[in-house]
Amino acid sequence: MTSVASDPRAASSRPGGPFLSVEDLRVHFPTDDGLVKSVDGVSFEVDRGQILGIVGESGSGKSVTAQALLGLHKGSKARITGHIWLDGVDLVPASENDMREVRGSEIAMIFQDPLSSLHPFYTIGDQISEAYRVHNKVSARDARKRSVEMLEKVGIPNASRRYDDYPHQFSGGMRQRAMIAMALICEPKLLIADEPTTALDVTVQAQILQLIKDMRNELNSAVILITHDLGVVAETCDQVLVMYGGQCVEKGPVEELFDKPEMPYTWGLLSSMPRMDRVRQTRLTPIPGSPPSLIQVPKGCVFNPRCRFSDRVEGDRCFTVHPDLLPTSPRHEVRCHIDPEERRQILLTEIRPNL
Amino acid sequence: MTTETAASATAPNGAPLLEVREIRKYFPGRSGGLFGTRGNPVKAVDGVSFTVHEGETIGLVGESGCGKSTTGRVIAKLIEPTAGSIVYQGKELANLRPGQMRPLRREIQMIFQDPYSSLNPRHTIGTIIGSPFHIQGTKPDGGVKKTVQGLMERVGLNPEHYNRYPHEFSGGQRQRIGIARALALRPKLIVCDEPVSALDVSVQAQVVNLLEDLQHEFGLAYIFIAHDLSVVRHISDRVVVMYLGKVMEETDRDTLYESPMHPYTHALLSAVPIPDPTVEARRERILLTGDLPSPSNPPSGCVFHTRCPKFRLELSDSERDRCRTEEPVLEEKRPGQSVYCHFAEARTDLIDGAAAPTTSGIRGTRPRSAA
Amino acid sequence: MIRFIAIRLIGAVVVVWIVSVVTFLIFQAVPLLSHTNPVYFYTGKVPFKPGSPQLLALEHRFGFDLPLYAQYWHYLSGILFGQTITDGVSTPIPCSAPCFGYSFRQNELVGTLILRAAPVSLSLTIGAAILWLIGGVTVGTVSALKPRSAIDRIGMGGSLAAVSLPIFFTGPILLLIFEYTLGWLPDVSYAPLTQDPAQWLRSMILPWISLAFLFAALYARLTRSNMMETMGEDYIRTARAKGLAPRTVVVKHGLRAALTPIVTIFGIDVGTLIGSTVITETVFNLRGLGYLSIQAINQQDLPVILGVTVVAAVALVLANFVVDVIYAFIDPRVAL
Repeated sequence: MTSVASDPRAASSRPGGPFLSVEDLRVHFPTDDGLVKSVDGVSFEVDRGQILGIVGESGSGKSVTAQALLGLHKGSKARITGHIWLDGVDLVPASENDMREVRGSEIAMIFQDPLSSLHPFYTIGDQISEAYRVHNKVSARDARKRSVEMLEKVGIPNASRRYDDYPHQFSGGMRQRAMIAMALICEPKLLIADEPTTALDVTVQAQILQLIKDMRNELNSAVILITHDLGVVAETCDQVLVMYGGQCVEKGPVEELFDKPEMPYTWGLLSSMPRMDRVRQTRLTPIPGSPPSLIQVPKGCVFNPRCRFSDRVEGDRCFTVHPDLLPTSPRHEVRCHIDPEERRQILLTEIRPNL
Repeated sequence: MTTETAASATAPNGAPLLEVREIRKYFPGRSGGLFGTRGNPVKAVDGVSFTVHEGETIGLVGESGCGKSTTGRVIAKLIEPTAGSIVYQGKELANLRPGQMRPLRREIQMIFQDPYSSLNPRHTIGTIIGSPFHIQGTKPDGGVKKTVQGLMERVGLNPEHYNRYPHEFSGGQRQRIGIARALALRPKLIVCDEPVSALDVSVQAQVVNLLEDLQHEFGLAYIFIAHDLSVVRHISDRVVVMYLGKVMEETDRDTLYESPMHPYTHALLSAVPIPDPTVEARRERILLTGDLPSPSNPPSGCVFHTRCPKFRLELSDSERDRCRTEEPVLEEKRPGQSVYCHFAEARTDLIDGAAAPTTSGIRGTRPRSAA
Repeated sequence: MIRFIAIRLIGAVVVVWIVSVVTFLIFQAVPLLSHTNPVYFYTGKVPFKPGSPQLLALEHRFGFDLPLYAQYWHYLSGILFGQTITDGVSTPIPCSAPCFGYSFRQNELVGTLILRAAPVSLSLTIGAAILWLIGGVTVGTVSALKPRSAIDRIGMGGSLAAVSLPIFFTGPILLLIFEYTLGWLPDVSYAPLTQDPAQWLRSMILPWISLAFLFAALYARLTRSNMMETMGEDYIRTARAKGLAPRTVVVKHGLRAALTPIVTIFGIDVGTLIGSTVITETVFNLRGLGYLSIQAINQQDLPVILGVTVVAAVALVLANFVVDVIYAFIDPRVAL
């Protein structure tokens, strides 16, 4: 962090507070069809040693949020506003050069498809060593030694021999392990995992999630896990943020969110999932319709075209007034016009029996 | 007994529709050496048997490379089996020539995973859904267009969109197009290859419900190939678990999830995360070690022994020798539950993290002496 | 690796052999179809009447009375083992392998003609290829990194213009400017590289530029589209997420992958051009293989046409073989 903190051009710094604090982050892309509001006012905090899950369907803005944290949109046409305080330093106004110092060393990222995320023409070892040598002035031999250590740590057998293999010679699970080794080789304080197990088989998924938790414990990193799978969230995360249409619609500690969800979209997600741990009773309850266009976001509540409960709100406020994200309990926030008392009632009488 | 009630609740009530016996599909191995001598064949499917009854859904599960998709393609006769027999309503399909197969094609249809690449982008969806009529050379009553629009309405598409192109539809709608096409000739059996894997959760539920409604309405049987064990539990009557081209376990849905007997099924079920943090906290994960062996060079004896947690942690040396040298056969260990394992043993604690009291009595029947 | 090279090499030999058979048959068909005695095409001077004993003797001497396979074997064994050329009048001329026969029109061995012309074609093609590769890839890469920018528009607009301009237009313009108006290149007659490198360079520079101009434009467009596709790949995002410098991301991760398909096309282009830079050679008055073949066609000089065709085919096949081997080194996924 020193490099950024000492740089006078890096804008304001703010000591204290949580390790990562995102405030009112917006990522808008001007296109020929109009302004795409991929992320529209998202705020959250993560402390070191914590795992935050960001859940949402495709197009909800969860991956764009992750890439904005790494500053990967810098140099593109994207308009980014808000604050990303990492250890007290705001990354939004940071220059591309400053962000480069941060990437890989302070914040690292692993991606959904480890095969396409690794360069097909370079060996696994080369690519990991490269990540180490960007941020550490070491000889090629030392980098190799360190990379082999890292490969061993993530559970690759015969690491020193497999260092010279190409990505296509690895299995899917091994590739994702290699990606994790590459991401963690500089011991970043924040790891962002964007759908890290979606392309993997379920037994491999279990291994990779376990590995992410183990590495979190070892490095005391903050972790942001982006996924569409609520099961993965329940298994892995401490905090959850539910995204819909570029906005955060509900967030809270994982037990509370699964035990007392209050936003109709979260209800919809939970009741549309078939449950492996339940004897089949009824049909699934899908959310009608499809996700909103990010160019013409519905007026009022972003979820209103698909919400079954908008008649529980007086007048047409769901369709005219954009609801705020308001606390319903000390650490649980919900973006919904329905009265909190009534929400809890709906959950008990109409939602829970069908879960 | 839960297992009995579950079995009776889902007992096949129709007559056998399709019987698959010992089908094998070997692909030529990669050639090696200066003169390109053939390597070992890739045994994608290696002796798979099961029966589908009328109106029944068979779930085919397993990890990538287990041969479940190949099995589906062999049954739909998209590829020819290397050996084995596929008997559909008493007729042997395995050796039929394309010409003889044509009239039967209308009875067995297929839905694919990727709704983006399985639809020709240059055809209107009216043409796509109506294409089975042209291929079969039949004219439905009331004309093709009217029938196609009826199908579109039935699967939840707007019939006015008859002349639109696939790219104008969302992923879920495209999967509906694929379903309408499969339905056009009124088949009795649809092979669904990962039909909802590419869809978002909320849309996935819509498609799953649609498939169920259509099943009731038209008396369809499904072979439902999927890696998502939650969806399979929801939709299937019976489930076949595959590993390395072979069937590991076959039984009715609730027995499979509540008291599975094969160590591989145990590992699979324990790995599926459940959207409930309190349950998650007490569940045991059975982690498999190592990678999937090559299907062209499968392990000796039991094909699963190289990764089997039971083999590694629980068995004695003499028992391990048996796993290494003697290949188990898929045999009925309990009524209606066939397992490919010398040391099959039911476990009931995998999903909830605690042994369910009603089924705990089944435990402890280690069939060691029985074999 | 050895197996891969061996298979490709065997394939290359088979292709060359097929080309030799096909060209041989085509040139056998020509006399038949045009009802002309093959001796005429072979020697160019036939002072004898059809059916006269002298003509029959000539036919016999050149083997035109033999069955087709024997004639082909005669031709092939000449290439493989050499032969002695004799017309029965002059002193026999020894012609060592590879012997493509004798041109009675030019009174020289075909091999000698080709050997004299080939360095010109090689100089022209290879020099131009280096120029267009550097120029095209640079323009294409810069355009791809700033799509829709002014640089991109200038680069792509310029390349569209260059693609549309034929060499018989750009060539004379260059000559007009540099030779006649500015007088920078007063004497552009060809000299072999081994004898006079400075003169060789002077004679080649304008042909290189005019030939490279056309191809650089094609390669710029190709590089741009490949590069834009590559820069959208997941592994580029990974490279950026590691904190690599933009130049490393572009050159090491982007360009390496984007250039791979260009290697294939480059090999085919160079291989093809070696025997077919006719227009450039004509405009700049160079005596290369293209010029040689045009001259031979005009004179109906069959042995020369046959020889140039086989040599050009060998050049193309060889270039493809080299590309295959290079490709296997670049892309580890190619099965060896």
